[in-house]
Amino acid sequence: MSAVPIWRRYARLFGFDVRSDVDDELQFHLESRVDELVAQGWREHDARAEARRQFGNLHDVQRKGQLLLMEMERTRQRSDYWDTIGQDIRYALRTLRKDRVFTLVTVAILGLGIAANTAVFSVVNTVLFRPLPFPDSQQLTWLTSARDSSARNPGVGGLSLVTYRVDVFEEYQRRNQSFQDVTAYNPFFGNSEYTISGRLEPQAVAGVMVAENFFPVLGVKPLLGRLFTPEECKKGGRPALLLSHAYWRQQFGSDLSIIGQSVTLGKQQVTVVGVLPDTFDFGSVFAPGQKFDLFVPLVMDEVRNWGNTLAIVGRLKPGVSVVQAQSEADVLFPQIKEVLTQKWGDYSTTITGLKEFVSGKLRRALLVLWGAVGLIMLIVCVNLSNLLLARSAARSKEFAMRTALGAGRGRLFRQMLTESLVLSCAGALLGLVLAYGLTRYIAHQGSIALPLLSSIRVDSDALLWTALITVSAAVLFGLAPGVKASSANVQETLKESGHGLSAGKNHHRLRGVLVISEVALACVLLVGAGLLMRSFLKVLDVDLGFKPSRAAVIKVDYDGADVEDGSRRGAALQEILRKVGELPGVEAAGVTDMLPLGRNRSWGIRAKDREYQKGEFLASIVRIVTPGYLGAMGILIREGRDFNWLDSSKSERVVIINETAAKKFWQGANPVGRLALVNGRDARVIGMIADVRDQNVEASAGPEMYLPMTQAGPEGGELVVRSALPPESLGPAVLKTLKSLNPAQPAAEFRPLQHIVDRAVSPRRFFVLLVAAFAALGLILASLGIYGVISYSVVQQTKDIGVKMALGASAPQVQLGVIGEAMRLTLIGIGVGALGAVVAAELIASLLFGTAPRDPATFTIIAVLLLAVALLAGYLPARRASRIDPIIALRST
Amino acid sequence: MEKTQLDLLRGTLDVLILKALVWGPLHGYAITNLIHRQTDESLLVEEGTLYPALWRLEGKGLVESEWGLSDNKRKAKFYRLTPEGRRRLREETKVWSAYAEAVGKLLNATRPPLTEEE
Repeated sequence: MSAVPIWRRYARLFGFDVRSDVDDELQFHLESRVDELVAQGWREHDARAEARRQFGNLHDVQRKGQLLLMEMERTRQRSDYWDTIGQDIRYALRTLRKDRVFTLVTVAILGLGIAANTAVFSVVNTVLFRPLPFPDSQQLTWLTSARDSSARNPGVGGLSLVTYRVDVFEEYQRRNQSFQDVTAYNPFFGNSEYTISGRLEPQAVAGVMVAENFFPVLGVKPLLGRLFTPEECKKGGRPALLLSHAYWRQQFGSDLSIIGQSVTLGKQQVTVVGVLPDTFDFGSVFAPGQKFDLFVPLVMDEVRNWGNTLAIVGRLKPGVSVVQAQSEADVLFPQIKEVLTQKWGDYSTTITGLKEFVSGKLRRALLVLWGAVGLIMLIVCVNLSNLLLARSAARSKEFAMRTALGAGRGRLFRQMLTESLVLSCAGALLGLVLAYGLTRYIAHQGSIALPLLSSIRVDSDALLWTALITVSAAVLFGLAPGVKASSANVQETLKESGHGLSAGKNHHRLRGVLVISEVALACVLLVGAGLLMRSFLKVLDVDLGFKPSRAAVIKVDYDGADVEDGSRRGAALQEILRKVGELPGVEAAGVTDMLPLGRNRSWGIRAKDREYQKGEFLASIVRIVTPGYLGAMGILIREGRDFNWLDSSKSERVVIINETAAKKFWQGANPVGRLALVNGRDARVIGMIADVRDQNVEASAGPEMYLPMTQAGPEGGELVVRSALPPESLGPAVLKTLKSLNPAQPAAEFRPLQHIVDRAVSPRRFFVLLVAAFAALGLILASLGIYGVISYSVVQQTKDIGVKMALGASAPQVQLGVIGEAMRLTLIGIGVGALGAVVAAELIASLLFGTAPRDPATFTIIAVLLLAVALLAGYLPARRASRIDPIIALRST
Repeated sequence: MEKTQLDLLRGTLDVLILKALVWGPLHGYAITNLIHRQTDESLLVEEGTLYPALWRLEGKGLVESEWGLSDNKRKAKFYRLTPEGRRRLREETKVWSAYAEAVGKLLNATRPPLTEEE
């Protein structure tokens, strides 16, 4: 065989050509046969025919050949492809192993960036994107009554104003055509706080009253036992309860035999009929940050006359949209109002998807968080791009050599991309480990009032997202060095002396741009974080109207809690407060049925002697308290007096209102001493207190009234104790006192009042913490970037600096030059970043509290911070530059 | 033996091709000639079966091909054994010899085998 002709080498230049390959091969065969026949004495023409005849079906063979060769070619290309990739990866691993510090730093930076992204994506995905953990959850909707008419009475009235009366619910359930079914629960969780005993030490449990069809509508099936039967949901039916999975596991040790047994709930014997699955977490969907232990039937006839008690959840019929249901509701509720001759105002209702209700409010905050980690990832990419560029400069000889030896530019480019891909995959592995830990940690922060928190985890979506950012990051930060490596000038680089000054300058400019963008990105991030942080500080600084420090709360059980006549209750409470007050260290004590920043309800109130505009909303939040409660909470009495024990069930009915209520119902006149109508009955206003942030730390107070426990029916009880002693040391004594007075007193926790405030601000704290952590990460990365670029340029300019020093430049002059460079880049970066920050600040304006989006203080502080960091990052290389020995620098090339 | 052309048993052709390539690369035409001559012209491999067999062997990685120039300066596709092909040839040869020996023993037998009692 002879050598391959030169043209054959290019046969594949235009892609492989199977047809002509097969034809050529068979043609050769035929020609050879013809030659042979001719040699045997055949005539050329006949020989040709004979050869064809001997061959048989030429076409058939040709077709077979094309198919076979095509298949072979495909296999070959595939294996070629994998071969090169394998080579590239092996090469990348080898070079990265040689450069261990570089690799470690890069992987660590990538790991942090990817961890932040994966973790935040998991949160965003769980809260915003993933459907709620119920079958066909897109059919589930939430009904909000719009009586609140937030525009007119922002934040006024609380839960009572967005909930429904039983008859309204039943009427709607009967009339609507849009829903498969609507169901309800009682969101006034205080109605179902019990002391459980019997099998256990008495302890407080939180329950929820749910309608008979609540679980069927949600699609929740019991893990054990069964759901409620219709009989159990009727007045006088057999008392039954369902346990939450967590409570069943913690308190009953997952005892299977619990079904059918009875426990004592309050004073009632109640049968445990079932255990709910662990996938069902009522709190995480309907009441973020709260834990619920059991569920009891909501007996409609019992709560029929309690007023607005129901929160309504519906399951739409398949194919019916929220909009259709809404337009039906717009017609139905006015009709219902007429039928029931409601004097409670109309129940015009807004229907939203349940998912929207659960997480809608968090959308912006989460998107901001997502944006923040996106910025982090960009900074990471810029940073790595920088590092790789510096490295590729150091490796320019290697690339030039490989080019000279025949490596194509495409191949070198691919090689660089493979290296960045290998790096980012390693980073992704580290990032996933970190993200897994972080999400686990977040998921177990039960005290953060964020919905769906407990189901946050790194799921398959998050893995996909991680893969996506891993690859895009690799491309992003591998691109510049890849282009650089593949476009190197071979001759210049290989020549020992050819230092390629012009190329170096280009290189330097590119790195300068990278530093500027890095500083700019960090600036945006830091300003955003700074604004949010300032908002958070402002929130913490809000005058709550009560003093959470040095006070603690315990749930208290007392005699006569549920009787109409308040005198028995009064006696019990007076005794409790007297005994607790005698404990050493106790300064003040009082009981309320509902604490601020928690659950609430509202009752009607108006001044007896005033006329109001038609349609004005005449109700306010009501709290039923004992004498001493205001003092224990640190609430200021502006006018009049606190309750005392002489305000009994037999004496004149009295009420204390807050300033906002006075403004609203008495138009600012001093209300003390005047008569009010509370739920239609006369009550004398005996005091006016300073406003308390009763529902939300960040919103000013709505009207509030306080009624004495002797004259109105409380819902549960919270004993507030003010003391200089830490709650841990005072707690046991308080609990012992309570137990001695009432053996049924549950073993409840004595928790600092501050915890209640903490929980109320926990979502903001959560966001601020994360954003601040990301901003800090961004700052560190940016400073690393500045440091890297400046110290690299010092190394590159060693010779120049040497010359300058030999010509008489002093060390400070050299230092100034180097630091000046760092400062110049940083200043440009800050300028660009500030512009970006102004835009970003507008986007997060709705998340700010008491802070202007262009808050000059924040912008200034961040600019100074960045400059300081740049100064430090520039100083280290500058000091090194000033210590260059001109002689050594000039001698070495 | 009469100069009849023997029909090739299924699968035999592959071994023959591999064997033909043992002494060096050949093009398809040379392979038919070699087999024809080496078997004293008793085996004639048809082109219609040879080429598909060659391509299949190449697909299995037992032979590899390269374009070259034939003795008469025509471009031709040359096939050569891969190490894998060489290994396969050794195995097949062993199997074939054993098979042929066994068949030969029986067909050339002159008397029935001894019974076990003896």
